[in-house]
Amino acid sequence: MNSAIATQAHSGAQLGAPVYELSNVSKTYARNQVVALDDVSLTLRKSSFSSVIGSSGCGKSTLLKIMAGLIPPTSGRVVLQDRPVTGPRRDIGMMFQHATLFPWRTAVENIVLPIEIRDGRAAAKKALEKAHELLDIVGLKGFENVYPNELSGGMAQRASICRMLITEPAVLLLDEPFSALDELSRDMMNMELQRICREQHATAFLVTHSIQEAVILSDHIYVMKPRPGRLAEIVEVDLPRPRTLDMMTTPKFGAIVDYIRGLLDKGEDM
Amino acid sequence: MSVTQTDQPRDTAQDTVWVQDVSFIDSIPRSVAMTFVLLVFIGSWQMATSLGLVSPIILPTPLETLQDMIFVGKNLLTGGYMLEALWITLKEVFYGFALAIFLGFTLGVLVGETAFGEKAVMPYLVAIDTMPKVAFAPLFVAWLGFGIESKVALAAFIATFPIVVGTAAGLHAADENARMLFKTMGASRMQTLIKMKLPTGLPQIFTGLKIGAVGVMAGAITGEFLGGGKGFGELIRIAASQLNTPRVFSLILYLSLVGLALYVLVTWTQRKVVFWHKERVGAHDG
Repeated sequence: MNSAIATQAHSGAQLGAPVYELSNVSKTYARNQVVALDDVSLTLRKSSFSSVIGSSGCGKSTLLKIMAGLIPPTSGRVVLQDRPVTGPRRDIGMMFQHATLFPWRTAVENIVLPIEIRDGRAAAKKALEKAHELLDIVGLKGFENVYPNELSGGMAQRASICRMLITEPAVLLLDEPFSALDELSRDMMNMELQRICREQHATAFLVTHSIQEAVILSDHIYVMKPRPGRLAEIVEVDLPRPRTLDMMTTPKFGAIVDYIRGLLDKGEDM
Repeated sequence: MSVTQTDQPRDTAQDTVWVQDVSFIDSIPRSVAMTFVLLVFIGSWQMATSLGLVSPIILPTPLETLQDMIFVGKNLLTGGYMLEALWITLKEVFYGFALAIFLGFTLGVLVGETAFGEKAVMPYLVAIDTMPKVAFAPLFVAWLGFGIESKVALAAFIATFPIVVGTAAGLHAADENARMLFKTMGASRMQTLIKMKLPTGLPQIFTGLKIGAVGVMAGAITGEFLGGGKGFGELIRIAASQLNTPRVFSLILYLSLVGLALYVLVTWTQRKVVFWHKERVGAHDG
């Protein structure tokens, strides 16, 4: 492996302070005694990008819900910025497969919605200026007062990135954010996401079905296996940053993708 | 026609011809098509009466009806007794609709938002909704008398249910993503209801209001038929008992205008309030 590249990747990924820590987290659904998550420990460091990948039923959506504070773990510790996560928090930003912009609100009104919910209308009004800045960052300048049904799928997801960023969250939880887009837009949005995360020094955690997407974006990839849902391996991606789409054709990229696919296939057999 | 190449397969040529056939009908403006149907209808009506196929007591000629409409119109415009009757019916419709909106919306939120309401209240509402509601008219008269109260009650009784159902359905219209988003934002139940579920459900709520608007008219007139009073329904009943069929026809037509106006009012309000929703038949926004 190229040691120079590896060091560079490490300097970005390894040296950051821990932001989000999960230790020995398990989740058992009481009703049918299904172990959805078994003893998962992971640490997200400042400004790192991590992904979780696995076949359906591997517990990754349970993991994400626990990290978002939507459901409590059965056992284990979930600590964000030195405080245990006991419910939804403003320092957790989340993005879903669908943009879920509300059609009766303009783009900026959608973006300040989290502020409006938490701090009221007056605070939301003050946040409008910041919403304009964020729209500029994601390349939607001039679309401030446009209603969502005039936005394309990619543009709507850009706006939902702004909505996620408006509360200045410490961690970004991304639940297959671009999987509803066509492949071309998806690649482009992934590069945009990388750029925005770098500019904001964001700590991001992505759930995805696409190995390529995980590899091109991540510093670390958590490979999960089902029954019971658990972490099988942490794969480090030491491709240099910033990543480009061209890297997807390099042998190194292909090797990492093949390696992860191998891990996942073994999971299927079990 | 641009498809004139000789090497075109036969199928394609036929397709093109077929498409042209349809587009000919499509190309007729709706207003022209509607006028055509109206003329055919009035024409056959006139034929049926002037050829003596139907007795004039059963069916007046279109001309007689028109003459009577002019007579009734004059009476209405000059503030005659018919205007008084119309005014009474309008009051019944207005109060009935207002009451139905209030009750329907309140019950709809109760049923759509709370597990208790859905489990324990909804079955009763469905049961009552299946009853022939006009059959309650004599009861309302017995309880509330021959004044407008009994008609308001019947009108509201009929119109409430579609509004309940529309509101409850509307509150369930929000998708899983939106609910999850509101949860992650730490929204309270009230915030979720007001800022997300209600606006999302407005199209369904307005569908309920439109059905209710039709029902409220039917309720008010049925109430007048069965409970007396001095409204427009009473005028129709008297005219019918005197076998004055042209009068019955013209009164019904004026009444339809009132119903239409109410429906248009609701539709217009919907367009203003739910400005983002492009109405499509049998489809919901994704």
